[in-house]
Amino acid sequence: MALSISELEQEIAEEFDLFEDQMEKYEYLIDVGKKLAPLPVQYLTDDYLVKGCQSKVWLHAYHQDGRMYYEADSNTAITKGIIALLIRVLSGQKTQDILDCPLGFIDRINLRAHLSSQRSNGLSAMVQKMKAYAAAYHQ
Amino acid sequence: MNDSIRAQFPILHQTVKGRPLIYLDNAATSQKPLAVIQAIDDYYRQYNSNIHRGAHHLAQMATEQYEAARQTVADHINASVREINFVRGTTEAVNLVANAYGRKFIQAGDEIIVSEMEHHSNIVPWQMLCEEKGATLRVIPITDSGELVQEAYLAMLSPKTKLVAVAHTSNALGTIHPVKEMIAAAHAVGAVVFIDGAQALPHTSIDVQDLDCDFLGFSGHKVFAGTGIGVLYGKAALLEQMNPYMGGGEMIKTVSFRGTTYNDLPYKFEAGTPHIEGGISLGAALKYVQSIGLPVIAAYENELLQYATQAIQAVPGIQLVGTAAQKASVLSFLIGGIHPYDVGVLLNEQGIAIRTGHHCCQPLMERFGIEGTCRASFAFYNTRAEVDVLVQALQRAVKILS
Repeated sequence: MALSISELEQEIAEEFDLFEDQMEKYEYLIDVGKKLAPLPVQYLTDDYLVKGCQSKVWLHAYHQDGRMYYEADSNTAITKGIIALLIRVLSGQKTQDILDCPLGFIDRINLRAHLSSQRSNGLSAMVQKMKAYAAAYHQ
Repeated sequence: MNDSIRAQFPILHQTVKGRPLIYLDNAATSQKPLAVIQAIDDYYRQYNSNIHRGAHHLAQMATEQYEAARQTVADHINASVREINFVRGTTEAVNLVANAYGRKFIQAGDEIIVSEMEHHSNIVPWQMLCEEKGATLRVIPITDSGELVQEAYLAMLSPKTKLVAVAHTSNALGTIHPVKEMIAAAHAVGAVVFIDGAQALPHTSIDVQDLDCDFLGFSGHKVFAGTGIGVLYGKAALLEQMNPYMGGGEMIKTVSFRGTTYNDLPYKFEAGTPHIEGGISLGAALKYVQSIGLPVIAAYENELLQYATQAIQAVPGIQLVGTAAQKASVLSFLIGGIHPYDVGVLLNEQGIAIRTGHHCCQPLMERFGIEGTCRASFAFYNTRAEVDVLVQALQRAVKILS
């Protein structure tokens, strides 16, 4: 049985709790990003760029059996880590669950405060775009 | 000299992310010494009042202080007070010249020259002017080391050239351009020259008569004054010929519906209640700079730049962007294939403030085929010890990001 969004969020929060040093959290975040499955090259175009990100994020989504699947890439390591976490939490979830989730883990892992406002704006743009895909496929 | 100087800048004495703040974003804005903070505080505590009009005591004090600041600015750059127009900053200075001079004197077929290294503020107003007038914007190319190609500039000059607008010092790379020679060459074909002095004033002495520039713009906040105040210097003869830029109070002599006459220099371009405490803070800042001495500042910063340029070589994969022979204390760099923003975030985590991105110089970035750089820019309150911490922090960031 696949984990729910909130269970995955909890799992991530616990992983980040292992690090006391903020630099180590970033190191872990960047490692998570490095392990993100590659985005097929045909999606590395402006059509798939998420607007509002200072660094570039390309996001592709598809829908299968009532669930959303996301693939993404970024030109910066930290953003790639964040998008990898978002994909881990949201990819494979039901559209309704994606639309309903508050995604509190971003605050719980204490990253938002440590990212600049511009970066946070980019984060909001990513989340909004992922939810917008879910809304588009939601029946 | 450093401990006594650092004591004058209260903002430097704090921790960020649990570490002592290292502020290396001075090309974006400088920090303020006690003398400037005190001047602003005194203004609001003791003599806040609107200037030039009031007959009462406070108005007289405020007017005196504001005009004394204008005199300080004039003396600082060897101009006369009539030639010192207070504006919001360098951007407004450029726009004022583009509108009040350019729209009157630039015609279809004329040419305006800028460089590939300019800040967007010294490109876009000229582009807008050229578009409106049917004039042509020409661009001085740059070398791989980040210097203007002087041969190309000289070849570009012709009787069609009506205006040349270049920075004295590049904000993105720190390159100091040979503006005195460039001004003389422009004058030889009858063109007027606007010098963007935003990055020059904090680091070096500027003598407008020695340079013989027609216009010079700079921002107060980059030279240790408050934000929102800047200066447009213009030769009086040119300012006299120009139309007012904005209408309103202060800039008028008499107003009637039969016609309005404009105030004399320097008030002609200062519509509305000015940024009074900003002007006063600029006077205080320049006096502070004078008290240390610009030659002392320039020598110290140059020594620090040389030290940093050497020290940063210890970072694996470091690549300096901009290696001109004449540079202000700016280090622009890239590290391997690492995105500058990742470096910026990880330095911030270690208490270090640098700038990342295109530095409002997208054409320059395009020239180098890059999206942006990391930029550490130093002031005279920065130290070798801070450079050492920067290098260690970069090494840690690279280790994480590689």
